[in-house]
Amino acid sequence: MSSTVSLPLPLPLLEARNLGVSYAIRHAGRRVRLRALDDVSFHLDRAETLGIVGESGSGKSTLARALLRLIPADAGTVRLQPDINLLTLRGAALRSVRSRLQMIFQDGVAALDPRQRIGEALDEPLVVLKPQLTEPQRRERVRSLLELVGLEAGHLDRFPHEFSGGQAQRIGIARALMVEPEIVVCDEPLSSLDVSIKAQITALLQQLQQALQLSMIFIAHDLPAVQQLCDRVLVLYLGRVMEIAPCAALFDRPRHPYTRALLQSVPIPDPRVARGRRTAPLAGEIPSSLAPPSGCVFRTRCPYAIDRCASEVPLLRSIDGSEVACHRAEEI
Amino acid sequence: MSVPMSAPMTAEALLQIRSLSVHYPAANGRAAGAVDALSGVDLDVAAGECLGLVGESGSGKTAILLSILGLLPPNARLGGSIRFHGDELAGMPLKGLNEIRGTRIAMIFQDPMSALNPYMRIIDQLSEVPRVHGGLPRRAAEQRALEMLEAVHIGEPRRRARQYPHELSGGMRQRVMIAMALIAEPELILADEPTTALDVTVQAQILALLQEIRERTGAALLLVTHDLGIVAQLADRIGVMRHGKIVEQADCLALFEHPQHEYTRSLLAAMPRLRVSA
Repeated sequence: MSSTVSLPLPLPLLEARNLGVSYAIRHAGRRVRLRALDDVSFHLDRAETLGIVGESGSGKSTLARALLRLIPADAGTVRLQPDINLLTLRGAALRSVRSRLQMIFQDGVAALDPRQRIGEALDEPLVVLKPQLTEPQRRERVRSLLELVGLEAGHLDRFPHEFSGGQAQRIGIARALMVEPEIVVCDEPLSSLDVSIKAQITALLQQLQQALQLSMIFIAHDLPAVQQLCDRVLVLYLGRVMEIAPCAALFDRPRHPYTRALLQSVPIPDPRVARGRRTAPLAGEIPSSLAPPSGCVFRTRCPYAIDRCASEVPLLRSIDGSEVACHRAEEI
Repeated sequence: MSVPMSAPMTAEALLQIRSLSVHYPAANGRAAGAVDALSGVDLDVAAGECLGLVGESGSGKTAILLSILGLLPPNARLGGSIRFHGDELAGMPLKGLNEIRGTRIAMIFQDPMSALNPYMRIIDQLSEVPRVHGGLPRRAAEQRALEMLEAVHIGEPRRRARQYPHELSGGMRQRVMIAMALIAEPELILADEPTTALDVTVQAQILALLQEIRERTGAALLLVTHDLGIVAQLADRIGVMRHGKIVEQADCLALFEHPQHEYTRSLLAAMPRLRVSA
């Protein structure tokens, strides 16, 4: 690969344009295509963390998997610096890019091979993706990463079931970082953890962000964690982008009615605040991805929906530094 | 089973739990594998009150609910006293328990998909309660079931009533569970993480529904959750659990503003908070 010349390019590290993913599924006895992601565009800068939020079925995990080429995309491009289209790579070229993008999974224990000792699990990515390293070099790297995530050398000979959920997630983080990736995609890394462990893992991710200047895509439905870790946030609903905004702007001045509803739905651990806000919860539930509403996919639950929302798909527009896909964003 | 029968009954407590313990002996009879799921738990739930129980996984929250309903596994050793309206539930024979469970004390489970019978239409599951417990004839019981579906705000209740659980969304299934818990007009509702399996906007709907039901029916609610945000919204009083014990019990506002126990403080500190202007 010719990425030896690393001029400070103004281009983002990663840029997705009009990304689309469909699944072929059987529904009511017929073969149908389920559009899981539709026309998704965003970018990721170096040393930046982009949060992806949305409820189940919004396409968060599909997005993560498509970026890592774990599932095929059927529309759009994903350009990785300097000029690689991630979606068309094959064979050796794809393998060499894999060390640049790594993933941290939701369930730390399930993501590990139950019959593989932790030492081997951590060594494996190096053997596969960094074959130039000697065994002592690999051993040194395993040891130093173990320390970085707060585990000990004594843990190397143990099996995954011997670890708690929090420890397993630390191993998952170490494993993702083994090959010095430029981009780490985290798919709900906190959602299976208890509150005190969640706080520890969030702190660890924050520490790694700074120490390693990681570029991260952080997928979560845990909005407080997103607020703590992310520079910018992308809001997905039914496979489409509703809003992309700098973190502070998104939480202080949500522009999209869905973003607003999402923020108002998060329970606040403060009785005075929790009982003070008397906003009616959003009505209804997420429609089926097999039959998404026409026009704006959110319109069936949107308190501001008008006729135009049913006939015309709202495009992402820039408003005061936020990008919003809503016809009425200025009025509300 | 050793059940002290001397626990004094305070006038206002609907449910009074004293020195409750649950012990699981090791399979091989040695001390090493034995677990005390609960020890020395005292708590009261007054009529119409919402008591929130919070704690991390394995702290014993669910074990309390299962003890009340007599649903602990057979190898569990229950000790202490659980009085409901002064009647001792610990060690009560099945016949007596069955007159209380589902009618005077109802339960809302965490995962409605596994708590509902997948082979039964919604209307049949719901009307079973008034038919079995209330002795209502089929038509009247079904009418009652439809009223309940309306009461929990299920759209098109007649159509939904004819469907099976898998045809409903997660939020709708949880509404059905709540309807099933309410159908016999219980005095006490036990809810075990009733919104954990739901998305956040649907969670907000279900929490609003639980609040509405409390106001409308006056039923007491014993709410188990790991989310301090949920108890902040719903509970009158809160018990904080750790390692099978209640480490602190206080009024909602007092607990959040003046936590006494160190663990409560650390739990509050660890709880991520959304900073919002609105």
